[in-house]
Amino acid sequence: MKSYEALRTAPNPDHAVVRGPGEVEVHLHVNGESRTAIIEPRVSLLDALRDRLELTGTKKGCNQGACGACTVWVDGRRVLSCLTLAITCENREVTTIEALSEGDTLHPMQQAFLDCDAFQCGYCTPGQIMSAVALLAEGHVGDDTEIGEWMSGNICRCAAYPHIRAAIRRVRDEGGPGDASR
Amino acid sequence: MSPAIGATLNRVDGRFKVRGESRYSAEVPVPNLTHAVVVNAKIASGRITAIDTSEAERAEGVLAVLTHRNLSPVATVPKLLPSLAGLAAPGQSFFPMQDETIHYAGQPVAIVVADTIERADHAGTLIRFEYAPTPATTLLDQARDQAYVPERIFGGLLPGHASRGDVAKALAEAEVCVDTTYRFAPNHHNPIEPSASTAVWEDADRLTVYDSTQGPNSVQFTLAELLGLPPISIRVVSHAVGGSFGSKAMVWHHPALAALAARHVGRPVRLVLTREQMFTSCGHREEQEQRITLAAGADGRITALRHHKLSLTSPFDDWAEPSLQSPSVAYTSPNYEGIYHLVRGNTITPTFTRAPGEATGMFALECAMDELAERIGVDPLELRLRNYSATDPESGKPWSSSGLTECYQRAAELFGWHGRDPRPRSRREGQWLIGTGMASALYPVTQPVNPQRARARLYNDGTAVVEAGVSEFGTGVFTAMTQVAADGLGIPVERVRFVGGSSDLPNVTAAVGSAGTSAVGSAVHLATTQLRDELIRRAVADDHSPLRGADPAAVQVRDGKMVLRDRPDVGETYADLMHRTFMPDVEVLGTWNPPPQDAGYGVHTFGAQMAEVAVDADLGVVRVRRMVGVFAPGRVLNRKTAHSQLMGGMLWGLGQALLEATRMDPRMGRWANASLGDYLVPVNADAPDVVVDTIEVHDEVVNPLGMKGVGEIGVVGVAAAIANAVHHATGRRQYELPITLEKLL
Amino acid sequence: MRPVSYSRATDVGAAIGAVSADPESAFLAGGTTQVDLLRIYVEQPRRLVDINDLPLNRIEELPGGGLRLGGLARMSDVAEEPELVRRYPMVAEALLLGASPQLRHMATIAGNLMQRVRCSYFRDVAAGCNKRAPGTGCSAIDGINRGHAVLGTSDCCIATHPSDLGVALVALDAVVQTEGPGGTRSIPIDDFFLLPGQTPEREHPLTHGELVTGIDLPPLPVAATSRYIKIRDRESYEFALASVAVAMSVVDDRITEIRLALGGVATKPWRARQAERLLDGAPATTESFTRAAEAELAPAVPHGMNTFKIELARRTIVRALEIMAQREGTT
Ligand SMILES: Cc1cc2nc3c(=O)[nH]c(=O)nc-3n(C[C@H](O)[C@H](O)[C@H](O)COP(=O)(O)OP(=O)(O)OC[C@H]3O[C@@H](n4cnc5c(N)ncnc54)[C@H](O)[C@@H]3O)c2cc1C
Ligand code: SF4
Ligand code: FES
Ligand code: FES
Repeated sequence: MKSYEALRTAPNPDHAVVRGPGEVEVHLHVNGESRTAIIEPRVSLLDALRDRLELTGTKKGCNQGACGACTVWVDGRRVLSCLTLAITCENREVTTIEALSEGDTLHPMQQAFLDCDAFQCGYCTPGQIMSAVALLAEGHVGDDTEIGEWMSGNICRCAAYPHIRAAIRRVRDEGGPGDASR
Repeated sequence: MSPAIGATLNRVDGRFKVRGESRYSAEVPVPNLTHAVVVNAKIASGRITAIDTSEAERAEGVLAVLTHRNLSPVATVPKLLPSLAGLAAPGQSFFPMQDETIHYAGQPVAIVVADTIERADHAGTLIRFEYAPTPATTLLDQARDQAYVPERIFGGLLPGHASRGDVAKALAEAEVCVDTTYRFAPNHHNPIEPSASTAVWEDADRLTVYDSTQGPNSVQFTLAELLGLPPISIRVVSHAVGGSFGSKAMVWHHPALAALAARHVGRPVRLVLTREQMFTSCGHREEQEQRITLAAGADGRITALRHHKLSLTSPFDDWAEPSLQSPSVAYTSPNYEGIYHLVRGNTITPTFTRAPGEATGMFALECAMDELAERIGVDPLELRLRNYSATDPESGKPWSSSGLTECYQRAAELFGWHGRDPRPRSRREGQWLIGTGMASALYPVTQPVNPQRARARLYNDGTAVVEAGVSEFGTGVFTAMTQVAADGLGIPVERVRFVGGSSDLPNVTAAVGSAGTSAVGSAVHLATTQLRDELIRRAVADDHSPLRGADPAAVQVRDGKMVLRDRPDVGETYADLMHRTFMPDVEVLGTWNPPPQDAGYGVHTFGAQMAEVAVDADLGVVRVRRMVGVFAPGRVLNRKTAHSQLMGGMLWGLGQALLEATRMDPRMGRWANASLGDYLVPVNADAPDVVVDTIEVHDEVVNPLGMKGVGEIGVVGVAAAIANAVHHATGRRQYELPITLEKLL
Repeated sequence: MRPVSYSRATDVGAAIGAVSADPESAFLAGGTTQVDLLRIYVEQPRRLVDINDLPLNRIEELPGGGLRLGGLARMSDVAEEPELVRRYPMVAEALLLGASPQLRHMATIAGNLMQRVRCSYFRDVAAGCNKRAPGTGCSAIDGINRGHAVLGTSDCCIATHPSDLGVALVALDAVVQTEGPGGTRSIPIDDFFLLPGQTPEREHPLTHGELVTGIDLPPLPVAATSRYIKIRDRESYEFALASVAVAMSVVDDRITEIRLALGGVATKPWRARQAERLLDGAPATTESFTRAAEAELAPAVPHGMNTFKIELARRTIVRALEIMAQREGTT
């Protein structure tokens, strides 16, 4: 049995660094760029993106993990930025909807959403698209039932669901890229 | 050049949306911005007896803590009036934070402004309130005995009761009678974008508000009254709106609160409602109950319809969703009585919720019709046909257009309705009981009252900008207007830019009641065709034009070129004419004066809904397998976006039927499931593919383009079709929405 | 959310040391419960110790044929681990039927067992709730309680335990491995979840600063024929109204081995021991299933809106057993 008394007092450069609760410098890597934000540790990745880094493509629908509008990728995996604290993303790669198209050329999933009219108000759409592209990489796109289940973490109140599935089918069948690396 | 109207154009704002570039109201960059958070009353009735704001004021980053004690009072509190009227359109005849009285839980009691959203939010929890609560009414069951019949409802726009013929007599003489009562849980709109206002004072009498709204002009007029400023002082901008479904149709408190807070701190203020606040800050579909009594002959012909509705309204307004309108004219019924009953409770005034009134009213009627069909042993579709009314049964006037019987027919074909075994529980696939059901869909064509305006300006390179104050919240109106303008001017859609979303632009009514696209579309049509005619007039009058001297009526425009109809080689482009005559641009303001509501026709949109459900025989789980909806919405401007709206509406009906219920805890007077985790809306896996089709009907009465609207009709009847299908599958009638599994165990 | 400070732990000892030294601190794993509850002021730690860098996310073979799931392994990774899918399909199914793909990428399996209840009064700091604020009364007992428990309740709390994973784990007799200021412990899963009794604020036997390092799945051949069935209003992205984890083997139409647990209806992941006793050795028929289901639900206590759950749970048990029996019959 180890003794934790020693550890508690031993100088440990990593765990000794207690940051906050006031504002601290947080170094993020977003869409291939280094970005620094002066924020409190309690700031979510979502609010950091939207309110501090002017990346408003990621949306806030519930702030409780219940809608999926805030979906981004952290280290290439789709996650909810509203339940992620920004400070936990240091040393990780954050990717948002803004990084998806290459210049003027839409990502095939963006083009498919546009062509299939897979949205109406468009507010859930960045989250849907980030989810859909990740889903292709995850591979659960066999049939519509599977796509429906694996896209159920993204609520669309306009209920564009059948068209969202159609867009994903199209990219799947065209063998489109399954990640942002195109 | 083929016409743009009717084409399946991709959304013109779609590129921005799929790239995350559209700026919704909480996303417009504003320098020196601060963040406001509203604090809400936790009791449903009573008085604030003490407030301690000291801790909140001391908290880091806090700029102001406002309560009724230090918030500057509003100038006037305008009366509720539906935004379709084109005037100030507050959601309720009440404005909070004027005194210490609490009328409903969730009523704003304080605003905190701070430099970050996190700090504002936390400081809000540091304010200490003491209350003297009084007993509250938050459920119909608590005060049924206090129900009253209002003289008028809906901001005074509709009567509280109506009748024709002699219902009592017809009921007494009826060969068959169906008498049932339906209960409806309250519903909340829950657009995915929460309402947001960003208020920026340029100086003491110039205010810009970025607001998520269905009607920038309504917000402008409402703010003018509340703030005691002339409309010229107020600009309301709504670049993109993340869905509304009625929650952003009226003007609620947050834009004014943001403006007052911004004036107080002398800096721009952004106020975004939380998801929880979306349940108490912008109305809801009220808790209600509807009793339908249908009298019929043995052949199923309806002889009388009695329709009574009981709603829970607020202390301030006589509000009920107008559920009786469409049912009263759905079928020939010589005798009719419709009465609204209201109970006052401690709630915000309820409001429009997608297909307001019809979503519930047609549920009640169409379930009763299914019961009648079963009682007399007639196919439900046949029963509807027997009772089809070729004229408006209320006025006896002809329909401006109908298409209902064609909708039935087409839906039956697409669905495979004919040959249906009517016996309940007649189809089973393993654990699943399969059933099918149908319903009619009706939605009134509502017309704006005030003139609708749009401006069209053509530049001398042949491109045009067309403007109107409408906002885009997912209806596709910017896209459709681009198409209308392109056809009006005779130029390709790529050369048109439609600009909307600001009160600075020509005034159109709030896009509500499915009337938005037709209202602004009529104005755009008039503006662009008048502009076209103006240029043709100038061409035929110009000595240097190849069209000189031609009869203007003989000239048409194709691809930007004015040519003689019978000699398309003779003519010139707009650009040629304008360059030659030193015109940089030409501009026209088009004004459409809506016809009066009683113009000698019955005006309604019609459709037919069919659904197939599977019900787990043991576990009661209901899954909708497929749906067919066929509608006759008049002219369809863009098949793609119209189809999407109808499909979305039908899936809304699915949510209404099976999932959506806000649950009130009467002890606290608060909603007990005010979150998207607890208020269930359909997810992708719930939504089957939906077959949507439209029947072309020409309508010369409603407006110049013959549009009747697609925003709400898709919802109407779906819940009834599903409930009827559940009955067909299980043999069990459903009298309460939503149909959750415990009702089928 | 209150202001909160943050540190990131690089080894297990440091993490335990940091949290156990400060009563107002908490571990932060995927954050899907922690951040959510911080934001609505239900949890109020002043310091978060981020444990995501700890090397506790592996899935390893245990000597003797079991599997050890690292406490910080993500729900999505565990669900797709081929050996787990082959040997313990009910665990994979329970994981995949929970939350959403995004949440499963974030959420750790230790966090899943530690998640708090979804009772709306627990989540509303203005409401009375014995679990959140001991002694303030339970608002749910006479309130909106459609989602609440019918088994294992007390007059203090009737909140349903929300974890799906936990249900599969109790059926399998998994063992929770912890490490804390006092050293390491192995806690049988059934002891890991506490009934509310008079102390609903206590949900597990961990001391402050004790870290769940892993979950051991014992070698259990019958687990290879297992299922997790989840019933809910919505087709996806919702907690269970009732769920059943079942592993069963049938020889000559007789049940030779049975493991059964319930979710969505009890205050802890509910091992259905009563039903198991009746089923063990019984013929694999609907009558036996029904009898067992009835016996298991006999002590259930309804509270108004959730009365239906008793019948729903019974029928879900029967359904799950029928599915297993059919499958067993055909293989
Ligand atoms: C919208 C939504 C839907 C959901 N649906 C489901 C569902 O259907 N089924 C289901 O089962 N779950 C569901 N969940 C719950 C989800 O699975 C849990 O929130 C998640 O598993 C928690 O894991 P985490 O890593 O995010 O934990 P955190 O949020 O980081 O931590 C949770 C708690 O556990 C403590 N903790 C974390 N790790 C450890 C450790 N290793 N040792 C000791 N203590 C620790 C933390 O201090 C904290 O108190 C849902 C959640 C949300 C938000
Ligand atoms: S059920 Fe438990 S968690 Fe819910 S209010 Fe009662 S004590 Fe609190
Ligand atoms: S905003 Fe993150 S899930 Fe809704
Ligand atoms: S497009 Fe409006 S919410 Fe999905």
